[in-house]
Amino acid sequence: MAATGSSDKAPKLERRSVVRALLADRGDLLVIAGLGAPAWDATDAGDGPLTFPLWGGMGGATAIGLGLALAQADRRVLVLTGDGELLMGMGSLATVGVQHPRNLAVVVLDNEHYGETGMQPSHTAFGVDLAAAAKACGFPLSTIITTMDQIAALREDIHRAQGPLFAQVKIAADKLPLVLPPRDGTHLKNRFREALLGAKAHSQR
Amino acid sequence: MAAHWSQELHRLFKQQNVRQVSFVPDAGHTALIRLCEADRELRAVRLTTEEEGIALALGAWLGGDKSVLLMQSSGVGNCINMLSMLSVCQIPLTMLVTMRGDWAEFNPWQVPMGQATEPVLEEMGVLVNRADREEDIVPLAEGALRIAYNTLRPTAVLIGQRLLGAKTFDN
Repeated sequence: MAATGSSDKAPKLERRSVVRALLADRGDLLVIAGLGAPAWDATDAGDGPLTFPLWGGMGGATAIGLGLALAQADRRVLVLTGDGELLMGMGSLATVGVQHPRNLAVVVLDNEHYGETGMQPSHTAFGVDLAAAAKACGFPLSTIITTMDQIAALREDIHRAQGPLFAQVKIAADKLPLVLPPRDGTHLKNRFREALLGAKAHSQR
Repeated sequence: MAAHWSQELHRLFKQQNVRQVSFVPDAGHTALIRLCEADRELRAVRLTTEEEGIALALGAWLGGDKSVLLMQSSGVGNCINMLSMLSVCQIPLTMLVTMRGDWAEFNPWQVPMGQATEPVLEEMGVLVNRADREEDIVPLAEGALRIAYNTLRPTAVLIGQRLLGAKTFDN
């Protein structure tokens, strides 16, 4: 494993184009967006009640997606997160592998850096292969994505494939203008539950 | 003899419409985990670390499922940052925590976290009750579930080591 701080010299995808393409015509897709840039990307693509952007809980996005996917087996769930966030909760890949929810997709926007803290290289910059880890944990579908053609196919899989699905999308380490979602956690929770559950959102059962 | 408290807790989960039960195993939870895994109406989720259970509970509640998290007291330390989300978003969850580092503990490495369990949970906004007698476990768990889901906050019941029987490596 080369300690160069960059695993690949190929041109990388632009993160907001990737996320806009993945969330195009999303229908009733449920989205958990990991803290930092993935949450800003999801907001840039169009904020709405069925997106739950995280402002904290680093390492928890995949497990949140799992709890949601188990509760809503008839809906598709997308966890959209970053390499640093996923690295902090890698055990959750094993937890998902055991539960094997068919309706869950985990997409890592891998810029190989901790973008919010000063662009320090992350483990993936030194060759850590998250897609291989997901495969080893029992995800039947797990790929590394480097082209926009593959993004179009990934969008289809998010809506239709028998998951759990994992994709590690290699993106450029750009620092883009902030596009911030609402930050009040109770608002984010209530809008999500009302849109998903209707009147039951206000029942304690 | 009355039913073992694990059976009564399982019955309570059903009565309270709990749908997801996540856990990192502990000896004290063995029987309850077995009951939950055998129940096709419950989803038993084995975790690699307790903090996953906090995140899982948030996702479950977004999707309309009530959940419970089972762990040993040392696992509470693994949950601290993740508990922020339950507080900020007002997410209900009940944790059942079997104690180590408590009455008659034999392992010195268990004591710091065991002694810190209750204050740490309280500092992070969790309502804590403690059961030191067997007959208190189920009523306290029922109260913890009701207050969690009626008032949208995390709650915990600590199950004392004296009640569980201290682990020993004596020969």
